[in-house]
Amino acid sequence: MIGGLFIYNHKGEVLISRVYRDDIGRHAVDAFRVNVIHARQQVRSPVTNIARTSFFHVKRSNIWLAAVTKQNVNAAMVFEFLYKMCDVMAAYFGKISEENIKNNFVLIYELLDEILDFGYPQNSETGALKTFITQQGIKGQTKEEQSQITSQVTGQIGWRREGIKYRRNELFLDVLESVNLLMSPQGQVLSAHVSGRVVMKSYLSGMPECKFGMNDKIVIDKAGKGGVTDDVAKSTTGKQSIAIDDCTFNQCVRLSKFDSERSISFIPPDGEYELMRYRTTKDIILPFRVIPLVREVGRTKLEVKVVIKSNFKPSLLAQKIEVRIPTPLNTSGVQVICMKGKAKYKASENAIVWKIKRMAGMKESQISAEIELLPTNDKKKWARPPISMNFEVPFAPSGLKVRYLKVFESKLNYSDHDVIKWVRYIGRSGIYETRC
Amino acid sequence: MTDSKYFTTTKKGEIFELKAELNSDKKEKKKEAVKKVIASMTVGKDVSALFPDVVNCMQTDNLELKKLVYLYLMNYAKSQPDMAIMAVNTFVKDCEDPNPLIRALAVRTMGCIRVDKITEYLCEPLRKCLKDEDPYVRKTAAVCVAKLHDINAQLVEDQGFLDTLKDLISDSNPMVVANAVAALSEIAESHPNSNLLDLNPQSINKLLTALNECTEWGQIFILDCLANYAPRDDRESQSICERVTPRLSHANSAVVLSAVKVLMKFMEMLPKDLDYYGTLLKKLAPPLVTLLSAEPELQYVALRNINLIVQKRPEILKHEMKVFFVKYNDPIYVKLEKLDIMIRLASQANIAQVLAELKEYATEVDVDFVRKAVRAIGRCAIKVEQSAERCVSTLLDLIQTKVNYVVQEAIVVIKDIFRKYPNKYESVIATLCENLDSLDEPEARAAMIWIVGEYAERIDNADELLESFLEGFHDESTQVQLQLLTAIVKLFLKKPTETQELVQQVLSLATQDSDNPDLRDRGYIYWRLLSTDPVAAKEVVLAEKPLISEETDLIEPTLLEELICHIGTLASVYHKPPSAFVEGSRGVMHKRLPARTGSGESTESPDVGTIAGGSGTETAPSIIPSQGDLLGDLLNLDLAPPTTTGPPPPTSGMQMGGMDLLGGGLDSLMGDESEPLGGDIGGSAAMGAGFGAVPAVMPASLNAPMGGGLGDLFDLGGGVGMPLGAYIPPKTVWLPAMKAKGLEISGTFARRAGVIQMELTLTNKAMSVMTDFAIQFNRNSFGLAPAGPLQVLSPLSPNQTIEVSLPLSTVGPVMKMEPLNNLQVAVKNNIDVFYFSCQYPISMLFVEDGKMERQVFLATWKDIPNENESQFQIKDCHLNSDAASNKLQASNIFTIAKRTVEGQDMLYMSIKLSNGIWVLAELRVQTGNPNYTISVKCRAPEVSQCVFQCCEAVLKN
Repeated sequence: MIGGLFIYNHKGEVLISRVYRDDIGRHAVDAFRVNVIHARQQVRSPVTNIARTSFFHVKRSNIWLAAVTKQNVNAAMVFEFLYKMCDVMAAYFGKISEENIKNNFVLIYELLDEILDFGYPQNSETGALKTFITQQGIKGQTKEEQSQITSQVTGQIGWRREGIKYRRNELFLDVLESVNLLMSPQGQVLSAHVSGRVVMKSYLSGMPECKFGMNDKIVIDKAGKGGVTDDVAKSTTGKQSIAIDDCTFNQCVRLSKFDSERSISFIPPDGEYELMRYRTTKDIILPFRVIPLVREVGRTKLEVKVVIKSNFKPSLLAQKIEVRIPTPLNTSGVQVICMKGKAKYKASENAIVWKIKRMAGMKESQISAEIELLPTNDKKKWARPPISMNFEVPFAPSGLKVRYLKVFESKLNYSDHDVIKWVRYIGRSGIYETRC
Repeated sequence: MTDSKYFTTTKKGEIFELKAELNSDKKEKKKEAVKKVIASMTVGKDVSALFPDVVNCMQTDNLELKKLVYLYLMNYAKSQPDMAIMAVNTFVKDCEDPNPLIRALAVRTMGCIRVDKITEYLCEPLRKCLKDEDPYVRKTAAVCVAKLHDINAQLVEDQGFLDTLKDLISDSNPMVVANAVAALSEIAESHPNSNLLDLNPQSINKLLTALNECTEWGQIFILDCLANYAPRDDRESQSICERVTPRLSHANSAVVLSAVKVLMKFMEMLPKDLDYYGTLLKKLAPPLVTLLSAEPELQYVALRNINLIVQKRPEILKHEMKVFFVKYNDPIYVKLEKLDIMIRLASQANIAQVLAELKEYATEVDVDFVRKAVRAIGRCAIKVEQSAERCVSTLLDLIQTKVNYVVQEAIVVIKDIFRKYPNKYESVIATLCENLDSLDEPEARAAMIWIVGEYAERIDNADELLESFLEGFHDESTQVQLQLLTAIVKLFLKKPTETQELVQQVLSLATQDSDNPDLRDRGYIYWRLLSTDPVAAKEVVLAEKPLISEETDLIEPTLLEELICHIGTLASVYHKPPSAFVEGSRGVMHKRLPARTGSGESTESPDVGTIAGGSGTETAPSIIPSQGDLLGDLLNLDLAPPTTTGPPPPTSGMQMGGMDLLGGGLDSLMGDESEPLGGDIGGSAAMGAGFGAVPAVMPASLNAPMGGGLGDLFDLGGGVGMPLGAYIPPKTVWLPAMKAKGLEISGTFARRAGVIQMELTLTNKAMSVMTDFAIQFNRNSFGLAPAGPLQVLSPLSPNQTIEVSLPLSTVGPVMKMEPLNNLQVAVKNNIDVFYFSCQYPISMLFVEDGKMERQVFLATWKDIPNENESQFQIKDCHLNSDAASNKLQASNIFTIAKRTVEGQDMLYMSIKLSNGIWVLAELRVQTGNPNYTISVKCRAPEVSQCVFQCCEAVLKN
């Protein structure tokens, strides 16, 4: 199991050091600093073995978190734990920076004592932790409160406490998708996938039981076999069903139920959390198409023309569009003409950045640039990195639609109809690249 | 909040000031002071002097302050054990506190204080806490048992905590169950046969129920524990699989990987024609792909595991090639791993796409990545025949870029393509020759020279080209020198008339002006071959070469099986068994996949040939000594300090060849010798597979024409090899016939090729026939147990003697014996059961990977307390230190370093026992003095005496 956990600043100074196992000594702190933080080359692996001691590290801005062990631990678990540790710290004091860590070191030690026991991760849900790890002390608790805390920390529903009350029962559903594309210069899709998240903010009283439904192909097809419901499903969603390659759920979702019936039911945590993640690869709506044309005119000049076409309903608007056209390292000057938006050559980033605030569907726009090159005797060819794009669109490129989210709370007197529900779809570019 | 100010106090007299503040009456001031102390502790300052003052602050109802004091205690209690006792009262009191959070905190902290006197006081509170009404306290107490076991295992057993812990598996609270499982699993690892985790269908059912209810971390503990269970039949295994598959949709990647481990393992037991088997295969792919959208560090772990899974079950991901395409801003470690998997998944169906990608990668910036991409193109050509032509033309395009390292890498792989498809692509040789001057890496130079030599008859100026290399012969690396020698001999055999001078020149360079024994030997062999029988020389040197394998870097099957059992863990990230990087007894137990019920896919007894062939593993370059090193190790002529800094090799393939010279090992030695004779390049990993095949062909063709010359060579090999066998004591009579109704048993123990064997001679001195032999051992110090039944085939008639050898395992039940190496044996036959005891030489427990790294050795030597050191005298031994070291090495006593001080040689040696105990030794040899001194240091000092006896026996025989 995890033998120790260290946090360093960018210089390699230790900010936090907590040792859990006897086989990890003080020298381990220095070994990591010397061999990884101060190493000359780029990091070649997130797992390093130094003198039979293994170090796992992750970096957040310029803070290093390292977990140390001498045993054959579950490596995936260690990394998941380090990420979780970052989440918990962020939930307590915001950004993970040297300043914040130093300011909260007592709190961090307290957290480390609680969420890692003898190197075994324990309950690390922020909701539960915040009920008893505070910097105000926990003196004023009654006996009932204490046992409520312990039963929540260890209980089956560790993510939610009893007795939550809201005057207005409300929930917000965000379907956030990032669409990823790699396209060849000829316009052939080399790979495309959507990775989506359903993020939920729930302000519900009591211990409500929720059921979430979407236009999952498997569910719709199954329902279709029943006969009548098929048309209903189609007419209510207006869109066909989508094939989900794979999905993962927050720990509140009953996985065995999903496995057997493919229904998503859960008791939600209070406040904001990620309900599920999913991935689709079929029938993706690619909101933009990039058509590049690069011509080398002699050895000192490049002509670049890029056309972007929007491919969605004309009534919708895409926002925050940015096209990044890489330029060679030996660029001496660039002249740009674009029909829409603003374009600038950024020498420090070796790219032409073309920004358009808004663009409706089924439109196209174009940029052309002349790039002057300095003659070099470098034999190595320019690697021609791909043209990348950023944007935001108000629909889900996967085609996912929320069909329902039902809330049941039998003990309190509010019903599904009384809950105010909001649904929003946002599609963003992930890695959206076209080779040129 | 401005706690950061505590980090900046560095004035003098700080400790004194802190002391005053700690003793202040004001609570706030006290707390501030303790915070300062903790901050100093964090940055590495020694604040142990404040121990009594800090402990005084412990009695407080401020929980925050209490936690800080506890933190301090955990750090310094060990250095101030007497003072730490002061804290005991508070702990005991806190364990009775009405607040469950405080009770748990006290028991949690007490377990972290590794002071004997404190642990004594811990037992009673712990016992109460294990049965506490509050689940939070119970789950903390469960982990505390593991802590206590780590400090004092005996105490835990004596106090009966293990049973209480087992009861907690049936606890009503899922988190208590999960922690109990984690604690038991850890304790069980250090007692491989204790049957602690008594997994049976009932307890498995409990675990599966808890699995649905506990935290993500608890699910991991439970799944990792489930993976150790062996289902009774395929039905049980299927029903467990069905209940584990929902975990594949968990958001936590570690849960997913642990579930994959359980499924991969239990799948082995399912019949392949079962519908469910196919369903399961299909269910595995999507979650594996999803892992690739996690954070990069997790992607890395996932990719290393997918690499194993793809080797074990290629069908799972065969349609998922695209997800392994490299993204422009993937970190380099992710890129390299993806590339590896792309090569493994390449097939005729997707080769066009793969090639287009690889070509793209070859223009990237990172040198390692580009090299690997170029190499991958070559691998594709060899793997998918239809694509070979396209691959070759892609490689030619890349050569045209003139980027130096791309060109060199391309030439290395083109050489392999030539070998795979002879007489097909030789038209490109002209292009290759154009780049001759730019080659500066040995591997590329050697590859080019091989090509020139192999196709000498088609290259008009082959002699000029080779001659140009010859000019700087002595500055070349060995690899290039050997290749050049072979290439010129080939050239001579093909065009004898023009190249006589050249061949003379290279032979004299190799035999007279070189210090390298390999080069000299090869030179002499060629010389004698050419001078005695040129026709035979032609047959030998220009013989047909064995095929090179399609798959490279495949992990050796038994290792792969073991690694599959470790999916998700560090072992699967390193692609090494845990014993290669974990010290002590933990993880030494080798895990195995369960056998399929019905069809027997036997993985037993791989012969030497396949081991040598399969040993071109992922990590081959760093682990398996190159041919030169191997020879060096075998002969151990100069005992140069080891140059490898990696951990000792985990695969025993090559080493076994080295140790077991008497048996099949000689073949492998000859294999290594004769392989270069054929004129191959041993450097490329692709050739690894060729090793196994060569010896079968070569010796036959060599022996016939080569009377004297080669005979010498083999004599030499045999002469050096003989005394290197591990020491085997002569047989002694263990059970005289008088005592056993006519059955006489004598025997000895031996370690051959990593297997411990008990060699018995059974003689029937009675008047009647004996049948139905069986053997059993009593529990013993190192868990020795028969690995199979006693194989006495025929009935033993009167006056007949039979030799039996019984392989032993070291995973049997353990009990400390007096003397340590005492073994009590029961032998049964149709007449009666007979008991006897014998003592085995502890040297048979010395494992092959017992060579410690030098730094580790130094650190360990310092680390072991001096009272564990014992000194012995070995009298009347007339060996010099080198010979002694050779002898010892043959019995797996490895010399790590040698130092000579004032005519006294000091050998530093390491030994690893089969149960993971390391023994370090220092042997002092004075020239002219037949009495040696040996100092033995070990964490378990009781073995020292036995080790000494063995060293003495080995040296004197």
